[in-house]
Amino acid sequence: MKMKKLLSLVLTAAMTATLLAGCGNAEGSADVATTTDGSAVFKIGAIGPTTGSAAVYGTAVMNGAQIAVDEINAAGGINGMQIELNCQDDECDAEKSVNAYNTLTDWGMQALVGTTTSGCCVAVAAEAAADNTFLLTPSGSAVECIAYDNAFRVCFSDPNQGIASAQYIGQNGIASKVAVIYDSSDVYSSGIYEKFAAEAANQGIEIVAAEAFTADNKTDFSVQIQKAKDAGAELVFLPIYYTEASLILAQADQAGFKPMFFGCDGLDGILGVENFDITLAEDVMLLTPFAADAQDELTKKFVATYNEKFGETPNQFAADAYDAVYIIKAAAEKAGLAAGMSPSDVCDALVPVMTEITVDGLTGEGMTWSADGEPSKAPKAVKIKDGVYTAM
Amino acid sequence: MKKLKTMNKNTKSNMITYLMVIVAYVIVQIFVVTGNMSSLMEGLLVPVCTYVILAVSLNLTVGILGELSLGHAGFMCVGAFASALFSLGMKDSIENDLLRFIIAIIIAAVSAALAGILVGIPVLRLKGDYLAIVTLAFGEIIKNFINAIYLGVDANGLHFSMKDTMDLGMGADGTVLIKGAQGITGTPKCSTFTIAVILILISLVIINNLVNSRTGRAVMSIRDNRIAAESVGINITKYKLIAFTISASLAGVAGALYAHNLSTLMATPKNFGYNMSIMILVFVVLGGIGNMRGSVIAAILLTLLPELLRGLADYRMLIYAIVLIFMMLFNWSPQFINFRKKMMAKIKKDKKAEKEA
Amino acid sequence: MSFISYLITGISLGSVYAIIALGYTMVYGIAKMLNFAHGDVIMVGGYVVFVAVSNMGVNPYVALLISMATCTILGVTIERVAYKPLRGTSPLAVLITAIGVSYLLQNLALLIFGADTKAFTSVVNVPNLELFDGQLTISGVTIVTVIACIIIMAVLTLFVKKTKAGRAMQAVSEDRGAAQLMGINVNGTIALTFAIGSALAAVAGVLLCSAYPSLTPYTGSMPGIKAFVAAVFGGIGSIPGAMIGGILLGIIENLSKAYISSQLSDAIVFGVLIIVLLVRPTGILGKNIQEKV
Repeated sequence: MKMKKLLSLVLTAAMTATLLAGCGNAEGSADVATTTDGSAVFKIGAIGPTTGSAAVYGTAVMNGAQIAVDEINAAGGINGMQIELNCQDDECDAEKSVNAYNTLTDWGMQALVGTTTSGCCVAVAAEAAADNTFLLTPSGSAVECIAYDNAFRVCFSDPNQGIASAQYIGQNGIASKVAVIYDSSDVYSSGIYEKFAAEAANQGIEIVAAEAFTADNKTDFSVQIQKAKDAGAELVFLPIYYTEASLILAQADQAGFKPMFFGCDGLDGILGVENFDITLAEDVMLLTPFAADAQDELTKKFVATYNEKFGETPNQFAADAYDAVYIIKAAAEKAGLAAGMSPSDVCDALVPVMTEITVDGLTGEGMTWSADGEPSKAPKAVKIKDGVYTAM
Repeated sequence: MKKLKTMNKNTKSNMITYLMVIVAYVIVQIFVVTGNMSSLMEGLLVPVCTYVILAVSLNLTVGILGELSLGHAGFMCVGAFASALFSLGMKDSIENDLLRFIIAIIIAAVSAALAGILVGIPVLRLKGDYLAIVTLAFGEIIKNFINAIYLGVDANGLHFSMKDTMDLGMGADGTVLIKGAQGITGTPKCSTFTIAVILILISLVIINNLVNSRTGRAVMSIRDNRIAAESVGINITKYKLIAFTISASLAGVAGALYAHNLSTLMATPKNFGYNMSIMILVFVVLGGIGNMRGSVIAAILLTLLPELLRGLADYRMLIYAIVLIFMMLFNWSPQFINFRKKMMAKIKKDKKAEKEA
Repeated sequence: MSFISYLITGISLGSVYAIIALGYTMVYGIAKMLNFAHGDVIMVGGYVVFVAVSNMGVNPYVALLISMATCTILGVTIERVAYKPLRGTSPLAVLITAIGVSYLLQNLALLIFGADTKAFTSVVNVPNLELFDGQLTISGVTIVTVIACIIIMAVLTLFVKKTKAGRAMQAVSEDRGAAQLMGINVNGTIALTFAIGSALAAVAGVLLCSAYPSLTPYTGSMPGIKAFVAAVFGGIGSIPGAMIGGILLGIIENLSKAYISSQLSDAIVFGVLIIVLLVRPTGILGKNIQEKV
């Protein structure tokens, strides 16, 4: 018993020591970031889940941002400043995300690429607004992610995607009877579904089945598929991520159900799933700003570098993060940022120029931003033909 | 001084715990005020307190009542949503932040207590692992249910749906309060470290007083020997339910702290699922079952640990898992305990030898 | 017709739960501990087969054997290192250590294989069965899973009832102290149980990934929990109970998705579990424990 007490005491002491040491370090580095005028660095932080079940997305964001940073640094940096990138894990949990944000603040972050997921982004955006830190989320698509003046995003918003998908299906007369399979426990998925359903009514599309699944229940989709089949759906709308979509495609095939499939940007990456039978994805249509098989120089180069460095085909998250770094670069150059500015000054300088810049990136040409933080760019509709994305 | 000596052992031990919390609070406050606290640590203060309250409240169920509950996060979830909903709805009606927050905390405690009674009545009839699995089931049901709730308000009053926002059929002026999976957004940030520490102290006082009361002794007698307790006329169901409800209600308070610390509140598997319930259980078991002070320390250590390991980047959670296993073995395994005793004896012997020499 | 179809897919899902639950129930029956790391052993089994088949071109059946061997070694090692030192202390301590092991396996897999989904090539190549002019399709995996589940259950039951080692398991499960006095090697018996449970986990992993071909470091955790629920449902510790519990759980899950609400199906499944436990506090086939005063 005594030993146990001693142990807890020792542990507490050790913890306090590390805690205080941690503070000391953090303080020190923060000072360095804001006071060094000799060695010019610009500190960009990135937040996303690199552990936990959403790790795929966070890892892609980190990798995409890293490639952009390496390229920019090799080419001389931003206004002569080299970029330092610090990536923090948030396990896809809002509370951990705020912790990650605070860690980056201690490190002396001047602009944030993040967070990756919508839910976390809403929480971090509030913190960033309070601190007046510039926030550019690569993939936080919920409306509330950019509720504050200092927040912008690279990807489309959820409502935007839902409406665009319904319009595309309606105006091109692709199908009139549509089934939707969505993740009701996910902000992204349920957000798109809602707007899609609202717009579908205007487009004369009949939603014959709207079937949900949840994060705890995403292995078996046979019932959802069967219901869509029984309802006579010509097209199944999948506003979900490709991990689940690959399962749905496989199970629909097993059930002998062969409708058209239509998805949003979350579906991009499905061809990159290791060992996936890509014939299953034949004729799948998706509305996405990025396709890894696009033939333009920028995409080709990015995909090649990504493959070489990380041994994978990049998905849309990686592309968004890559663009995000370049967008910050463009804005920083426009605003004429100098070394050693405080995060708040950086934010004050970047926010007004965001509405003035035009960026050509992987996820869109001639992207511009409105003051509310939304990007303006055209979604590309692509169809998978013979295992590659082809423009429609 | 005399009073301190005559104090009974339990009370003394409780006083030490309170003192420890207060001293920790003062030290941290000094750091904050002098600006020597990193943002990470400052941001972690309220979450750490939240987990401390959760740990001590679960310890009431596990340590004092002697039943394994795997659904504690469910009660936290109820408290969080009830209080956040209240704060959001009353944002304009009650101007005083503190007053609104206090009412919100009370609402959280009451609603979680109600959930505790509702769950407790059927659950407490079961025993052992079956009870554990049913609490886990209830936790998951609560989470799943909240994920499907849509609630809006407009000129005509409240609208409720289990389907989606369109189904609410609201007027153009309506605002959606709970938006299914997206939960509640825009909860005012009212949780402060001071309030959180006060809540920890209140929780500790409630639990310690309960333990040392007639009710507490009845509860513990049920834990130690149910049949004997029943035979001397103790109303098993009543006392079990009292302890369980208080535990749930305190978890609800922690939920209110959690909800008012972040601007977004969603019921994900991560924060209100069985993973969180198990995490709280880890605090309790590591700190010592039935030992409130141990729970406080374990909750603080284990919440800070993954954050302090951030420097390890990709290996962070791996190291965390290894540390967790090692700590369990060190604290619980008979071999390790023997080893520790031997070491202790040796040190004492050495000291004695030194003195003699 | 669609009802039968829901029923069949429910049985298919349920039989996967059932195989996982068999491993859970074996370990619980003998070691009296909830092995939360069981689901993650399943994931390891899946990855071993994936690497063997896709990256090294091993024959799928050989890969299954390799996977079973790996998982057996893993299971016994985990038992020896993490659980055995805690034997005889509070069951809660072992539960928490099991959670630690679960985190450890998940994060190891994350570091080794990365977070991205791997599409699992089905090891089972039995053709789909089409009935009523294609209105009803029973997939080959379902047939194999159900048959495998029945065979495993039968073999396990025979093993426990008829062999010496099996009877030793029963004895240890009944009264550990008395078993030891009767000359049974308790530690060896428990290690054997973990070996069998882990080998079963490998089979379950392969069948799970064949039926639902996506593999991530977290593949095992949710089916693991569901299987745990299934084991309790059927009466934890009972081998036929685990099978019945698993299949019933699968059917209830799919029927509630189909006829009540796909959003609330988790809640419904857990709700049914609670009702069953209230009526039969030790599960469907669980033994009623007489309390001695």
